Amino acid sequence: MEWITVIAAFLQRAILQGTPLLFGATGEIITEKSGNLNLGIPGIMYVGAISGVIGSFVYENSGADFIPIVGVLVAFVSSLIGSLLVTLIYCFLTISLRANQNVTGLALTTFGTGLGNFFGGSLIKITKSSVPFIALTDTGKAFKTALPFAKSLGWVGTLFFSYGFLVYLAVILAIVAAFVLKRTRVGLHLRAVGENPATADAAGINVTKYKYFATCIGGMIAGLGGLFFIMDYSMGIWSNNGFGDRGWLAIAIVIFAMWKPDLSIFASYLFGGLYILYNYLNTSMQMIPIIQMLPYVVTILALILISVRKKRENQPPAALGLSYFREER
Amino acid sequence: MEQTRSVRTEKKRSEPLFHITKRSTVTLAQAILIRAIAILAALLLCALVTVVLTGDNPISVFITVYKGAFGTGRTLVTIHDIAILLCVSLAVTPAFRMRFWNIGAEGQTLIGGLATALVMFFLHDTMPTLPLVLLMLAAGIAAGMLWGVIPAFFKAHWNTNETLFTLMMNYVAIQLIEYFLKIGDKSGSNVVGPALLGEGIPNLFGVQYLFNILVVALLTVVLYVYLNYSKHGYEIQVVGESENTARYIGIDVKKVIIRTMLLSGAICGLAGFLIVGGASHSINASIVGGRGFTAIMVSWLGKFNPITMILTTLLLVFLGRGADEISTQFGLNSSFSNILTGIILFFIIGCEFFIRYQVHFNHSRRKDERTKAKETPNTTEDA
Amino acid sequence: MSNTIALQLKGISKSFGSIRANRNVDLELFHGEILAMLGENGSGKTTLMNMIAGIYYPDEGQIFVDGEEAVIRSPKDAFGYKIGMIHQHFKLVDLFSATENIVLGIEDGEPYRLADAEKRVREITEKYGFEMDPRKKIYNMSVSEKQTVEILKVLYRNADILILDEPTAVLTPQETQKLFAVLRRMRADGKSIIIITHKLHEVMAISDRVAVMRRGEHIATVETAETNETELTEMMVGKKISLNIDRDEPQGSIDRLEIRHVCCVSAEGVRLLDDINFTARAGEILGIAGIAGSGQRELLEAIAGLQQLESGEILYRNPKTEETEELRDKTPQQIRDLGVRLSFVPEDRLGMGLVGNMDIIDNMMLRSYRHGRSLFLDRKKPHELADQIIASLEVVTPSAQTPVRRLSGGNVQKVLVGREIASSPTVLMAAYPVRGLDINSSYMIYRLLNEQKRNGVAVIYVGEDLDVLLELCDRILVICGGKVSGLLDARTATKEQVGLMMTKVGGGD
Repeated sequence: MEWITVIAAFLQRAILQGTPLLFGATGEIITEKSGNLNLGIPGIMYVGAISGVIGSFVYENSGADFIPIVGVLVAFVSSLIGSLLVTLIYCFLTISLRANQNVTGLALTTFGTGLGNFFGGSLIKITKSSVPFIALTDTGKAFKTALPFAKSLGWVGTLFFSYGFLVYLAVILAIVAAFVLKRTRVGLHLRAVGENPATADAAGINVTKYKYFATCIGGMIAGLGGLFFIMDYSMGIWSNNGFGDRGWLAIAIVIFAMWKPDLSIFASYLFGGLYILYNYLNTSMQMIPIIQMLPYVVTILALILISVRKKRENQPPAALGLSYFREER
Repeated sequence: MEQTRSVRTEKKRSEPLFHITKRSTVTLAQAILIRAIAILAALLLCALVTVVLTGDNPISVFITVYKGAFGTGRTLVTIHDIAILLCVSLAVTPAFRMRFWNIGAEGQTLIGGLATALVMFFLHDTMPTLPLVLLMLAAGIAAGMLWGVIPAFFKAHWNTNETLFTLMMNYVAIQLIEYFLKIGDKSGSNVVGPALLGEGIPNLFGVQYLFNILVVALLTVVLYVYLNYSKHGYEIQVVGESENTARYIGIDVKKVIIRTMLLSGAICGLAGFLIVGGASHSINASIVGGRGFTAIMVSWLGKFNPITMILTTLLLVFLGRGADEISTQFGLNSSFSNILTGIILFFIIGCEFFIRYQVHFNHSRRKDERTKAKETPNTTEDA
Repeated sequence: MSNTIALQLKGISKSFGSIRANRNVDLELFHGEILAMLGENGSGKTTLMNMIAGIYYPDEGQIFVDGEEAVIRSPKDAFGYKIGMIHQHFKLVDLFSATENIVLGIEDGEPYRLADAEKRVREITEKYGFEMDPRKKIYNMSVSEKQTVEILKVLYRNADILILDEPTAVLTPQETQKLFAVLRRMRADGKSIIIITHKLHEVMAISDRVAVMRRGEHIATVETAETNETELTEMMVGKKISLNIDRDEPQGSIDRLEIRHVCCVSAEGVRLLDDINFTARAGEILGIAGIAGSGQRELLEAIAGLQQLESGEILYRNPKTEETEELRDKTPQQIRDLGVRLSFVPEDRLGMGLVGNMDIIDNMMLRSYRHGRSLFLDRKKPHELADQIIASLEVVTPSAQTPVRRLSGGNVQKVLVGREIASSPTVLMAAYPVRGLDINSSYMIYRLLNEQKRNGVAVIYVGEDLDVLLELCDRILVICGGKVSGLLDARTATKEQVGLMMTKVGGGD
């Protein structure tokens, strides 16, 4: 039974590593399905994290008694609001003002990453607080609360029941997104907008509305990935650039999962596993970067493969990256 | 009849308040004015944000910014910063003119830097300076070309999405550098420095960075001429504007894509060579520091024109260094400059809309359509 | 056919800028009939139908549906009146199945169940005899299947009035027969159908009545049973109008370009060119007449090295070396390297012939920039050429540095034709070179083509105005459905002769 415990522990850590990626990937898939290539997702994830941190910071230092459920709600809602606000900048520029999506997205990533690190590094100074560093341990604990019986179930408990609620939410959101895209009218219309906005427009679908909604919802979901990373994975302790390049990894997963949210669950955990694989392999420290390179190499291979095979269902949305203007000649 | 008519007026009211058309012409003066207003508005907002966060008065904030960029002993560093960012921006420009969205400049530059560092690492005390520098240059450029041509090859033959491909290549390059750091320096630090790499490019006339600055200045002119006055530059533009026309006049589109990305990658590699060989004399994954991404915005904001790009680079570097100074002085986090850069970029990106499109408010239009709608039933009764 | 009116148009007029597309049109459509709309290109048929379908809104006039005045401002409004139009350019999402495309945009408040929708689609297909798998993806479909999806879209929305814009243009004869069978079943079901077509034999085969349009006006509506193809042709083309275009006798005509058994198939498997044979001679203008989309574009592009051939030969007799060169399967560059001086004024001026965002000088260079060994461009000669063309062809432009997209249509065309002529070609191909041009610019183009003819160039002129073809050209090749349907001497041929050949597959008379 020893080996099964080890595997369960590895999978558990892979799932923890994969969860922020899953949020990001689900958000980006929903966004890209509307034809918007949002390269601002890495920045939005930073904003989602820092907004939650700011909310919690204010709450934890307000002097009021800490109630876990309120703590979680405050962080959750502030995260959503923060992500929504910055995503709206992207939406306004690319959808209403038809700006170049690549440039806008990258600018948003610069802005969002800056916003995260700036407030992460200066929050104490700005609020003239007396604490030495940001450690939202109460909120972190509340986010990490797992099902009480998890510990008594051995490896089954470790693998399936040992997580905070955001891990389950990530999976649920991915499944719901897959369902909505595949089986509902809204999903059909959204896919039409991303594939062929002119046809969608002619069919009476409000292209602008769909693009706005999809991008904003996608941004908010991605922001939760940042929140999970800081509150649950890092137990409420902020460190600058701690989130690293996970935002780009999330975009890689979108390609690897061929724009399918259900597949992205497995892809996220796979990439999460690759991220920590070196701990379990008997390799030298030197090989760590090579192992961490794997997700990107695998994604490039996937990208090449889908373009060479030309299977239509696996292609990026046909209108991805293009702004839509009805009167365009 | 009565009912249809009322339905019609109802419809009118739900029409949007304005409609948008593409501008057919915009004079240079108009375009400059729109951009100037946008930059001014952005700077005002930046100032406001700074004042709120620091509590300082606006004038001394401005003085701090200026000092940060051009204070004593800083001018040279600032000019070097401009040169390096400009170099990477020049690199992506030929590709962008061709509408090939190369967002892999970060990786192409890093890999150029890595190749340069490898040459220095293994050969720095085995040969005289000149051949060493030439070898570093060749290695840097070759590596950059390789990193650029891989996505181009797949784009040309299978139309593989180049945006996503080049993006992923960045992270492969970063991990390769991490790997080299682990091997190169057994002490486990995150940087391989001058002790292991040697001194690289010597100072020209005893002035630090002069070599880099001169190379980029020359490159700017050369690239400007190449893009606007050479046959290659002309082909790049035709392919970017219309592949149909390119085929009509017999341009080999695949060849142009690959050739142009070789050039784009080569200039990135050159930038990597300049950074590692001529400035940092060390290598780690953050020597390019996001310039590969900023370059995309510089090039786009400068309308893919090397000369205009000097100005956009200047603006961003000036602001960045100024913001750094503010954050140091007020004990704030250095990412402050990213926030200000973001604000400026949003405004400039947004203002392009008003250069390309015209907004007509339907105020008056709606009115005369309503009168028209009233007239139409009248003709009915006449008929 | 019943005698109750389903749709009535009264005094409909529509202008686009200075062009009057429709002038005071009255039209009636009965319940349970098939009405054919007949007319040449640009006669205003499609514009008129677009107003019924809600794409355009008429400047003047009224539309009545079942006797009630209807206000149709959008395709949605049109569906509200049970009117649906099947356009020539399909609006479909390639990645979706037939059913997904059919239900796209429907917000009926019902729960979304694709299986139910598929069932309804099946019911409709069975009722009218379509062959269609509701689950088939659009990208796997032939053109005729895509058209079926468009028709199903309209039927699914319960349309009683269907408008089909040239539905047979993209179909094989067998597919056309199937479509007609479906249309007859719809008619039996009480639906009213308007079908736009150029092909007279189809008009005779399918319609109950024929409405003929000419230059934006409704000429007449006649019972199909009481008319014949000759009479319809006369109504459609009108009386011959004298244009007084100069025409010289061809001087010492030598064969320059020989097209032998050329065949070509589209990516979708539709046969675009079917055994085309003809010879273009130096010092004459060869006109190519045909309904739009009969293979003219593919033919010219094949000669220019832009279209892959399935079989056949394209032979060029080099006047200098007297040698014969095979141009088939060569790129434009390879053709030029052979010393073949081929000029081509394509139909798509700003999308192919010119680069809209470049100025006149840079557009002059498109053909010539490769000259010389220098790595750099020589803008001096193109600048001179630009100035010369601006002066001699009276191009209205602020300067030679103006981007061509800012010029008016006529001036764009002068720039393009001027450039193509400047390379002193031995073969000059021009596709619809006077389309959209005003009278003066048109005559300028005719004059230029005649000059080329006098200089011994083999000119190939693809046109749509029969009067122009008959007065400008020396010989006229008529093509129909990718096949040659006749070769006429332009000096003796009549308009009716050409018109009949254009609309009749394989028929010479």
